[in-house]
Amino acid sequence: MSQKVLLNAKEVNIILHRLACQLIENHNDFSNTVLIGIQPRGKFLAIRLMQMLTDEYNIKDIQLGQLDITFFRDDFRRGDKTLEANSTEIDFVVEDKKIVFIDDVLYTGRSIRAALTAIQSFGRPDEIELLTLIDRRFSRHLPIQPDYRGRQVDAINEEKVKVNWIENDGEDSVYLIEKENAES
Amino acid sequence: MSELSVNHLLGIKYLSERDIQLIFETADHFKEVINRPIKKVPSLRDITIANLFFENSTRTKLSFELAEKRLSADVINFSASQSSVKKGETLIDTVNNILSMKVDMVVMRHPSPGAGVFLSKHINASIINAGDGAHEHPTQALLDSYSIRERLGEVSGKNVVIVGDILHSRVALSNIFALQLQGANVMVCGPKTLIPKYIDKLGVKVETNLRKALNWCDVANMLRVQNERMDISYFPSTREYTQQYGVNTGLLESLDKEIVIMHPGPINRGVEITSEVADSNQAIILNQVENGVAIRMAVIYLLASKIK
Repeated sequence: MSQKVLLNAKEVNIILHRLACQLIENHNDFSNTVLIGIQPRGKFLAIRLMQMLTDEYNIKDIQLGQLDITFFRDDFRRGDKTLEANSTEIDFVVEDKKIVFIDDVLYTGRSIRAALTAIQSFGRPDEIELLTLIDRRFSRHLPIQPDYRGRQVDAINEEKVKVNWIENDGEDSVYLIEKENAES
Repeated sequence: MSELSVNHLLGIKYLSERDIQLIFETADHFKEVINRPIKKVPSLRDITIANLFFENSTRTKLSFELAEKRLSADVINFSASQSSVKKGETLIDTVNNILSMKVDMVVMRHPSPGAGVFLSKHINASIINAGDGAHEHPTQALLDSYSIRERLGEVSGKNVVIVGDILHSRVALSNIFALQLQGANVMVCGPKTLIPKYIDKLGVKVETNLRKALNWCDVANMLRVQNERMDISYFPSTREYTQQYGVNTGLLESLDKEIVIMHPGPINRGVEITSEVADSNQAIILNQVENGVAIRMAVIYLLASKIK
């Protein structure tokens, strides 16, 4: 199996701190801002950032939600397999709020396009920003760019960028994996 | 990732336990969707669905239509009473004419048992059986089990009694298959004339005493007496039926435990259950209706994902 470490646990930790500080710079006490993790993999990053903002930067009562985009994707029935949904948990009003979408990897931009449509079902937010840990340059299908990025990566289409989280995968790390070994 | 083992939903007897769980898990997500301020998702915007109702229906038709529209499918409706069926057109001709208009999925209710199976062998579209005679009504059984799971946590190991007109009921048969597949114990209860011979061969208990049946069960599914299907008299009078097989608050309070009351609708208030029971907290009749939309969205979504 051919894979290369892009970020180790220490580097991920440094980047998360920087992203948290950048969020504070723009959103102060988060009184009018909500964080929304994009299911399935953005959830871990969103939870981690919220914990960091709460525990290390002492910002309380941040609203955090998870948004599932399965039913809003544009590749329904185009793949071989049925798309499997995840749970959506948005227990607050998004109307007139500032939303930060949080996802682990930004690749074609189609997931974010779906998320932009999906969030409309919950109301009309004031503005929406995008935070991603990994930004795969030069691979976008849509005019979507992150407002906060952890690391820019150049990867060809045959490669997959896999972000691991200690709570789910046993370690914090980012790997570049050749596609024949990748899961999806 | 998983998908259904079938390309049509013709009856519960063609499903596996895993299929039912997949439908329930998908319905959980759709239940969250239909409780959003905007209750619609764009998944099926390239799918056209024909609702063919060769027999009267109010809630099933509304529920299917709402489910289809919540998934953004295009919907056409057809009622036999306003169609060329009266002019002598055959079922296959009728459906093929509709399919020529580029329809991907057919939801059909038909008075003849097996109409869905027959159609699936002759036409090229995904078919959902919305009730075929006294045979099966799979989405009703799915939403009934889903509602039990929602109220009691799980279906497995629960005792469920189906009370009333078992003989003419497609809901009863589909429920028996669905409940057994999920590991529930099933009993049927009603006047002997309305219980089919040999139904015990399906592995269900048979009881003619309502009080005994209710004492045994966790859930009672009260069926409507289908007067329109009765060509002869199966019991002396409605009043006598109510006295023997009607559920009222007095009867429920005299039981050892609190049971859950279900009804597939439409209710004949004062016949199979009294108004007090239908409107009580023990009844989950309106939850069943809400869950019906989520279950039908799940079934349509999962079947549509197999259309290539």
